[in-house]
Amino acid sequence: MSKLYARRRARNFILMSLSIGATVVGLGWLVLVLGALLWNGFTSLSLQVFTEMTPPPGSAGGLLNPIVGSLIMTGLAVAIGTPVGILAGTYMAEYGRYAKISMVVRFINDILLSAPSIVVGLFVYEVVVRPMGHFSGLAGAVALAIIVVPVVVRTTEDMLMLVPKELREAATALGVPRAYVIAHVAYRAARAGIITGILLAVARISGETAPLLFTSLNNQFFSADLNAPMPSLPVVIFQFAMSPYQDWQNLAWAGALIITFAVLALSIAARALASRNIQ
Amino acid sequence: MVDIAFQAGAVGTAEDISRAKILSRLHSRDAIFRALTLTAAIAVLLILGGVFVSLASGAAPALRTFGLGFLYTEVWNPVTDQFGALAPIYGTIVTSTIAMLIAVPVGLLIALFLTELCPPILRRPIGIAIELLAGIPSIIFGIWGLFIFAPFLQRTLQPALIDLFGPIPVLSSLFAGPPYGIGMLTAGLILAIMVLPFITSISRDVFDATPPVLKEAAYGIGCTTWEVMRFVVLPHARVGVIGGVMLGLGRALGETMAVTFVIGNAHRISASLLAPGTTISAAIANEFTEAVGDLYTSSLIALGLILFFITFVVLAIARYMLLRLERRLG
Repeated sequence: MSKLYARRRARNFILMSLSIGATVVGLGWLVLVLGALLWNGFTSLSLQVFTEMTPPPGSAGGLLNPIVGSLIMTGLAVAIGTPVGILAGTYMAEYGRYAKISMVVRFINDILLSAPSIVVGLFVYEVVVRPMGHFSGLAGAVALAIIVVPVVVRTTEDMLMLVPKELREAATALGVPRAYVIAHVAYRAARAGIITGILLAVARISGETAPLLFTSLNNQFFSADLNAPMPSLPVVIFQFAMSPYQDWQNLAWAGALIITFAVLALSIAARALASRNIQ
Repeated sequence: MVDIAFQAGAVGTAEDISRAKILSRLHSRDAIFRALTLTAAIAVLLILGGVFVSLASGAAPALRTFGLGFLYTEVWNPVTDQFGALAPIYGTIVTSTIAMLIAVPVGLLIALFLTELCPPILRRPIGIAIELLAGIPSIIFGIWGLFIFAPFLQRTLQPALIDLFGPIPVLSSLFAGPPYGIGMLTAGLILAIMVLPFITSISRDVFDATPPVLKEAAYGIGCTTWEVMRFVVLPHARVGVIGGVMLGLGRALGETMAVTFVIGNAHRISASLLAPGTTISAAIANEFTEAVGDLYTSSLIALGLILFFITFVVLAIARYMLLRLERRLG
């Protein structure tokens, strides 16, 4: 009996140690990645990075044109993707909450949410780049917009579901039509949550590289022309990191640091907003 | 309600008529808004349908030329226009398998730590840290893998593996060849770090959903923490854990940038895990803009179609599992 007991205790001890070990290793590994990023990023970061164009190999420069390109495409993608996402989420939470089509859309949307982003790039290449005949910033924005939609659909639906039905009933009892109940009561109650979703979507697309590789391509020069290839931060990081030139590799680290900070800031802002919404 | 007022207004006084006008305007706006939201919901379905249709039409020339043989041919030769998907498919499966073999046990153990062992003060910060890490773009892991992790493996782990398994018959071919640093093993390890946060956070959520009464009952009859975990929490959370693991697998299969940096992009199948290889997504990312000729481009799109199909199936299973769990809980 006591032998069995000792064996059970030993087994428990081993697995609990493994559990603690796994946590230390897992978190430590992630800390190593971030540490290396901070170290290499900060040693390459300077004011120049934000004020100068991407240089030819062997000379100094910055990342101004890809930063601007990323901002333009991200802004446009949010402008295209957010309305579609909010409206679709509204249908699923308000008009068609129990409709069969909402079930299907919910299922498909969840799949799109984690579908490989490179496939989105191929899709946009087929439907935008090929008919237009050339790569363009517009195609890049469309590709990012397709990634924005499922994120916004999901959060909008979830947040509208949280709005108490008594609020809607009270408005409806006053004779307010459904569309006005949604616009003036449900949206208002869920506003912080919906903005959270948009922030999360921006965080998601600001690091996306794969869908931009063959839609917006890249551009060595400053370009705000949506009809021409447009540089973006992730694509430039990819190109510069894979190059054999030390200057370019340093700029890639600096760019990676900028993106990570942007993404972390957006996710933390989204979290803060979401926790305020729940209260 | 609106309808009744609208119909009655037609035969009333001037005031009634103006009221009816306003009501009918509200009514039509409501209908328009409803139609708009429904259109947007259908647009989500159209995106998925559009992806399938456009990839299939883009892949058609390659699939017509090579037929089903595309799936099991290893040759990838842009010069002679001979293309087969076997090497990228093999690479995708091998790297994802390595990733899951590491990330699943480690993720479950971390979830166990967070739910059962962790001091309450640390639970929230660690949980939040893990969720934030899930959002870090894959290109960051790629650049880290290329500049820091791969050279580190080349100096330490890979020579050690080659020495260790060299004398053993079967394993020696798995760990054969010079330590390049980059290769399938490196890509698999980086994928493991990337999917770890997903598996951990979903497992933690489903572990937390176990009714405390069940756990207390098990502790009450003298179970150890591990026994409570193994015989109460895990069976209860099984469906959710499988869903989370499949979700992680979906990510690993389709992950592009982190792999592209460290896989080496070699279209051949080597027994050795240390050799460079390629995955479906890495092949597309590396070659698509340089692909000349319709057949080359079309073959890459066919690769994309295969990838989309595989991840679609995996993610559909994941969502189905998680949906079943939600229904049971709610």
